[in-house]
Amino acid sequence: MITLRVNGTPHTVDVPPDMPVLWVLRDVIGLTGTKFGCGMALCGACTVHLDGRPIRSCVTPVSAATGKSITTIEAVGETSSGKRAQQAWLDVEVVQCGYCQSGQIMAAAALLAAKPHPTDADIDAAMAGNICRCGTYSRIRAAIKRAAAG
Amino acid sequence: MARRPRVSRREFLSISAAVGGGLLLGFELPAPPPSSFSPNAFIRIDRDGRVTLIMHKVEMGQGTYTSMSMLLAEELEVDLGDVRLEHAPPDDARYAEPLFGVQETGGSTSVRGNWEPLRRAGASARSLLVAAAAATWSVDPASCHAAGGKVIHAPTNRTLGYGALVDKAATLRVRGRVPLKDPKDFRLIGTPAKRVDAPGKVDGTAQFGIDVRLPDMKVATLAACPVFGGKLASVDDAKAKAIPGVRQIVRLEDAVAVVADHMWAAKQGLAALDIRWDEGPNAGLGTADIVRALAEASQRPGVVARAEGDVAGAMAGAAQKIEAVYELPFLAHATLEPVNCTVHVRPDGCDLWLGTQVPTFTQTAAAKLTGLPRGQVRVHNHLLGGGFGRRLEVDFVVRAVQIAKQVSGPVKVVWTREEDIQHDMYRPYYYDRIAAGLDAGGKPVAWTHRVAGSSILARVSSELFPKNLRVIRALGLHQLMASIKGLDTDAVEGAVEPPYELPNIRVEYVRQEPPGIPTAFWRGVGPTHSIFVVESFIDELAAAARRDPVAYRRALLDRSPRAKAVLDLAAEKAGWEQPLAPRGGRGVALLHAFGSYIAQVAEVAVSPQGDVRVTRVVCAVDCGTIVNPDTVQAQMEGGIVFGVTGALFGEITIKGGRVEQHNFNDYRMLRINEAPVIEVHLVPSTEAPGGVGEPGTSCVMPAVANAIFAATGKRIRKLPVKDQLRVVS
Repeated sequence: MITLRVNGTPHTVDVPPDMPVLWVLRDVIGLTGTKFGCGMALCGACTVHLDGRPIRSCVTPVSAATGKSITTIEAVGETSSGKRAQQAWLDVEVVQCGYCQSGQIMAAAALLAAKPHPTDADIDAAMAGNICRCGTYSRIRAAIKRAAAG
Repeated sequence: MARRPRVSRREFLSISAAVGGGLLLGFELPAPPPSSFSPNAFIRIDRDGRVTLIMHKVEMGQGTYTSMSMLLAEELEVDLGDVRLEHAPPDDARYAEPLFGVQETGGSTSVRGNWEPLRRAGASARSLLVAAAAATWSVDPASCHAAGGKVIHAPTNRTLGYGALVDKAATLRVRGRVPLKDPKDFRLIGTPAKRVDAPGKVDGTAQFGIDVRLPDMKVATLAACPVFGGKLASVDDAKAKAIPGVRQIVRLEDAVAVVADHMWAAKQGLAALDIRWDEGPNAGLGTADIVRALAEASQRPGVVARAEGDVAGAMAGAAQKIEAVYELPFLAHATLEPVNCTVHVRPDGCDLWLGTQVPTFTQTAAAKLTGLPRGQVRVHNHLLGGGFGRRLEVDFVVRAVQIAKQVSGPVKVVWTREEDIQHDMYRPYYYDRIAAGLDAGGKPVAWTHRVAGSSILARVSSELFPKNLRVIRALGLHQLMASIKGLDTDAVEGAVEPPYELPNIRVEYVRQEPPGIPTAFWRGVGPTHSIFVVESFIDELAAAARRDPVAYRRALLDRSPRAKAVLDLAAEKAGWEQPLAPRGGRGVALLHAFGSYIAQVAEVAVSPQGDVRVTRVVCAVDCGTIVNPDTVQAQMEGGIVFGVTGALFGEITIKGGRVEQHNFNDYRMLRINEAPVIEVHLVPSTEAPGGVGEPGTSCVMPAVANAIFAATGKRIRKLPVKDQLRVVS
């Protein structure tokens, strides 16, 4: 049995310690906002926060999260940077298919929390791991800047 | 901007309960309550005034839920913020795309095909509500009007909400044709409406097919024979069965699936299987074999797609003759939501949960495999985590049903990314021979173009044509005749009628299928290859004539004023004449397809090592009447990134009968740090609406290649660009 803290709520789950956090969230706890895209930390769709830092949950074993706090897209709006990112995403009308956007917003919220006024280079560095197949990159950049300004 | 409509609680918002408490969902097909007014397949109004719009098109990012709602709401006289949406059930009779004759979302058709029918559906419903109110008040309907979900009798200052009129309106029938609004009175169409699907997509509540959770549901993942056409020989599953959470191993003719409590156990189980494949006849196949066969095919005369004038005579008399061969690679769709389908097969019925562009094909495929009547197969459609043509196919539905038939209870079949890349249905490899004769002034006087490649339409038609009158009616006699003589009108779209004045022209198509490799539509369909060839070659002609690429095109566009106008606009906004830094280049391309005109100017920077970066794309769009300008802009932005990705990196190669690429490490996507600055300029127009989902992708590929030529003098005749410019040190 492993006990995890997800979005402030403790969950005790009977899973192998090497099981990635992604599948514990989606298939065991039932939080499906975090997405599966590649399984190899190549696309960023599975990004969640572990003690506030962005991680790729598809390659992070659940044992590495024991005793730490996980935040997912479902609760990132309760943080200041997450709330601002979500609002900016709506204001700029970023989304298309939307499948990658949970991961994009989690990466952006972590960036904004660490660097309240990111430069273009900061945005490139923080967001280059997140693929958007619909190609919403210019709006993602604009939304991060808007969230930083607001 | 207007308020966003609410999305149907029944199909979308119920996921919030699942998210909050791990509650599992039972889905119900939308069934209209008896106390409602349903004047047509798209509108339902309840007694409490709630307006529900039934969406026959699927939302895969292209914004169609918003634009379809705008068309209905405009004439129904309701605000977008006051409507709810529901996915339509599979039903070709009610929900067929007018341009195809089947219920399908693709080909940049939604606004083009539904522009009039949906407005008419809204107008008819509104006229019945007005008539019901007029009857209630015993006044002339002409003295009443509708606005904001109410009917108003201005002379007496009386109003009745739509909900109060439901019962009476349901007893009335529309007589004759209800007139549509004068475009000058539009209050929604042409304004930037907020996307209806956005809120759920930023807070994690949006439900894609892969997010379905059902009581007692298992999760499965599979491995199909890596060699196309191969079969399963044997599998030793002892180690897999020992993995905690693994429940069952399912053997199919050409694949093995592991059914488990969760995806991790399924993946672990799959990795632990010892599988032996009978690799079959394609075990030695490589890309070079396929290209060789295409090259040979391109030497044969093809089916004539267009023949005008005396091509041979004009070519013989030309001052200069230019010839080229162009090649375009196989491409995978790589939707970010990997292919998946959840199925529950029971003796008395079958339920499917997925995101699909073709709900009726999905229903038919499952009915065939289960032996159930179609009416007992229920398709629960979802938001699509990308479509791009991948979800026009039902191969993954077939696999999921085959697996589910062997599983007790519902099973969610999720493909790994590797399986998704290696068993996609690919944009065909095309091999084109093209030639032109120029007169002494450099103008083209003869043009020949022969396209060789797989015919997606032939495969799709063989599944549809003989039996479906609706399809034949929708596509028309021209399409039927083309199909009979073996012409793939999609493969040559964009090649047959370039916007330029080409007095003597011959365009042919040679069908050549790659052995074993399944092919399918990919964002941009036929034009994504044809426009690349035509626009690259026109650029070659401009260079041969020693003319500026914009000026050269412009001189050939006197009969196509809309094309000329977008070309001029793109050139002007791009600052075509402005100098660029050394090793920088600017390229232009023009497209007339999907009922739209687009011109793009791409700027590239090529490093001394030969790495290409697309720095800026300026795009001018005339897509006729615009429904949602923000959607047009977004589709151009996204289409351009999709096309730049394809042009620079996109390539599926075959070795030993199997795909060599696996995941996003070797099937590269453009990333934010590599994305160009994109500027989109919309041309105001009152022409019929054109499609916008695909043309941006098709146009940017040649614009990039032409920019590379401008920067380096190297002509790109084969995509992807990849390392063609790499300097070997």
